[in-house]
Amino acid sequence: MAFSHAILEKNVVLLAVATLITVAIGGLVQIVPLFTIEQTIERVEGVRPYSPLELAGRNIYVREGCYVCHSQQVRPFRDEIERYGHYSLAAESMYDHPFQWGSKRNGPDLARVGGKYSDAWHVAHLINPRAVVPESIMPAYAFMATRPLAYADIGEHLRTLKIIGVPYSDEMVANAKADLEAQKNPDADTGALLKRYPKAVVSEFAGPAGQVTEMDALVAYLQMLGTLVDFRNVKPEQLRQ
Amino acid sequence: MASASVALGGINANAVSAHDTAAPAYHDDVIRAGMIATVFWGVVGFLMGNVIASQLAFPAMNLGLEWTSFGRLRPVHTSAVIFAFGGNAMIAASFYIVQRTCRTPLFLGSLGAWCVFWGYQIFILLAASGYVLGITSGKEYAEPEWYVDLWLTLVWVLYLVVFAGTLMLRREPHIYVANWFILAFIVTVAMLHIGNNIQVPVSFLGWKSYTVPGGVQDAMIQWWYGHNAVGFFLTAAFLGMMYYFIPKAANRPVYSYRLSIVHFWSLIFLYIWAGPHHLHYTSLPDWAQTLGMTFSIMLWMPSWGGMINGLMTLSGAWDKLRTDPSLRFSVTALAFYGMSTFEGPMMSIKAVNALSHYTDWTVGHVHSGAMGWVGFITFGMLYWLVPQLWGRAGLYSQRLANWHFWIATLGIVFYITSMWVSGIMQGLMWRAYDEYGFLQYSFSESVAAMHPFYVIRLLGGLLYLVGALIMAYNLWKTVTSVAPVRAATATA
Repeated sequence: MAFSHAILEKNVVLLAVATLITVAIGGLVQIVPLFTIEQTIERVEGVRPYSPLELAGRNIYVREGCYVCHSQQVRPFRDEIERYGHYSLAAESMYDHPFQWGSKRNGPDLARVGGKYSDAWHVAHLINPRAVVPESIMPAYAFMATRPLAYADIGEHLRTLKIIGVPYSDEMVANAKADLEAQKNPDADTGALLKRYPKAVVSEFAGPAGQVTEMDALVAYLQMLGTLVDFRNVKPEQLRQ
Repeated sequence: MASASVALGGINANAVSAHDTAAPAYHDDVIRAGMIATVFWGVVGFLMGNVIASQLAFPAMNLGLEWTSFGRLRPVHTSAVIFAFGGNAMIAASFYIVQRTCRTPLFLGSLGAWCVFWGYQIFILLAASGYVLGITSGKEYAEPEWYVDLWLTLVWVLYLVVFAGTLMLRREPHIYVANWFILAFIVTVAMLHIGNNIQVPVSFLGWKSYTVPGGVQDAMIQWWYGHNAVGFFLTAAFLGMMYYFIPKAANRPVYSYRLSIVHFWSLIFLYIWAGPHHLHYTSLPDWAQTLGMTFSIMLWMPSWGGMINGLMTLSGAWDKLRTDPSLRFSVTALAFYGMSTFEGPMMSIKAVNALSHYTDWTVGHVHSGAMGWVGFITFGMLYWLVPQLWGRAGLYSQRLANWHFWIATLGIVFYITSMWVSGIMQGLMWRAYDEYGFLQYSFSESVAAMHPFYVIRLLGGLLYLVGALIMAYNLWKTVTSVAPVRAATATA
């Protein structure tokens, strides 16, 4: 007997189930293998979870919607590699919850902005973008320079990320607050911080040690973007997806 | 197939002749509220679009306040037009369509429908207030945080129960084609919403949460969601609207039953695969990008299937375009739909995307779909349905509706042409080399070059907003000062 579409037109449950099956297939085929195929994430060294201060800065980056104007994804084109640096790897954003690759460049890509400008440049730029880049159309974020960072619960943030699979150790969770404060204080004993978070930049960032502002956290985050993988040591076969 | 075709033609004839038959007591109060909400949120959404467009042309418009920066207001604009304007239009349209095509009042009665309506308004207010305060999960078009997501899930399940329950109670043997699209919209949006918002809150007393998938997996899930928010919220749903209101306004049956079956199933099957075209040349593995591109190109055909079925329905009724502003909007909407569903597959080709991605071209593409298709098909519905719902003989002013049509069309043309020019220019400037082999332009030079086009885009947006304000006035006067018609009241 030939199939008649009338069967579906006369039964709401059948129609809804047939629809759900039809729309489920594409997503399952494209999403599930990304969790099961091991090479989806390249096997490079150096990528680590964010330090507490970097994580707090990243949360400010998300809060302000920076991703609506800045991508964090360098494509493998000659011009992008010359402008921004090595093309982005999946491994470099493996601890990003949520990802912030972006979809529009009203401003430049930030995937490798870390270390390209001084802390002072970032602070001046965030306070008044047009003071340092006259053509800029970026909003000013002067309020961050004076607002104390709320980080009393930073350990809870690390604990939550640990639950969903970011490899924070119990030691990292327990020391989250101390590590956050140490990264802002060049006079502090930062040995333990740097052991837990290699390559973390210790600096006064936006102002003298003591009070930690939102500006400190955001600049700490910007200054580490794209700096973790040392591409001089990466072999081509490690990049195969 | 042939007998079913006759039966469906029969339903359509019934739907068209609903004026003549004794209609059950439909629940229309909530639909009238939906009309008001649609116009209100439309104006708010278009206004927010103009605010953020002005910020890109004149950064001083950010006002230096954290609550008014582009980064926080852009989601207010996108959510207001997609979810508040589009969502209210679809909820109201679906409640109207499902009652007429099933010849039965809404399941769960007036109360169920009002709970969906007010629950949805609360969702909009919770989401928008959060954005302004910096409460966001940082995923495009899915910015609401976990507590808003949970609330919307409850409202959406109730919406599904009311809609599917009404379909079950129908007094027609067949489910009309508009309802297939609307059911697919409700079911798929539920799947996407839940799939893309798997989050763990830091504390149940705070707003902050972290998404469970990260990095490349989160990117794929986000654009599986994001592209199908376009595919199902802004396309399948509004095709359902089209499949009811164009045959009604033209007083003609749907052109091809067979085409509607073929393009329905192929559209909903193919759309889901298209997400990775938002991630071309990123760290997403190549196999996924290639699948996304391939299915995006295939999607061109079922998209045009819907356009052709809508346009051909006007066979024998084209003269009505001269006299009926509602049909003029609906038909122009189909033309924009056809244009942007050609442009989309073209932009999904990797070689084209290499130039267009991250530029204003994408913004222009989205707006030809949103302003031209979603906006115009909704305006077409409003001009036809508001007089019906309030039992008026017709619109307060055809002239004003015509002004709206031409002002809004001109606005869209300014908008998309300026974005084509600026987008392609941006893409070319970023990849330009000088004679010595160095990058020719700094990024900031490309920003400066965009300024005139951002001003033209703002002008286009302002025209579109003015058109919507004219419509709001016209509809208001239709309700308040056009004499009621008894016969229309009976069916309304």
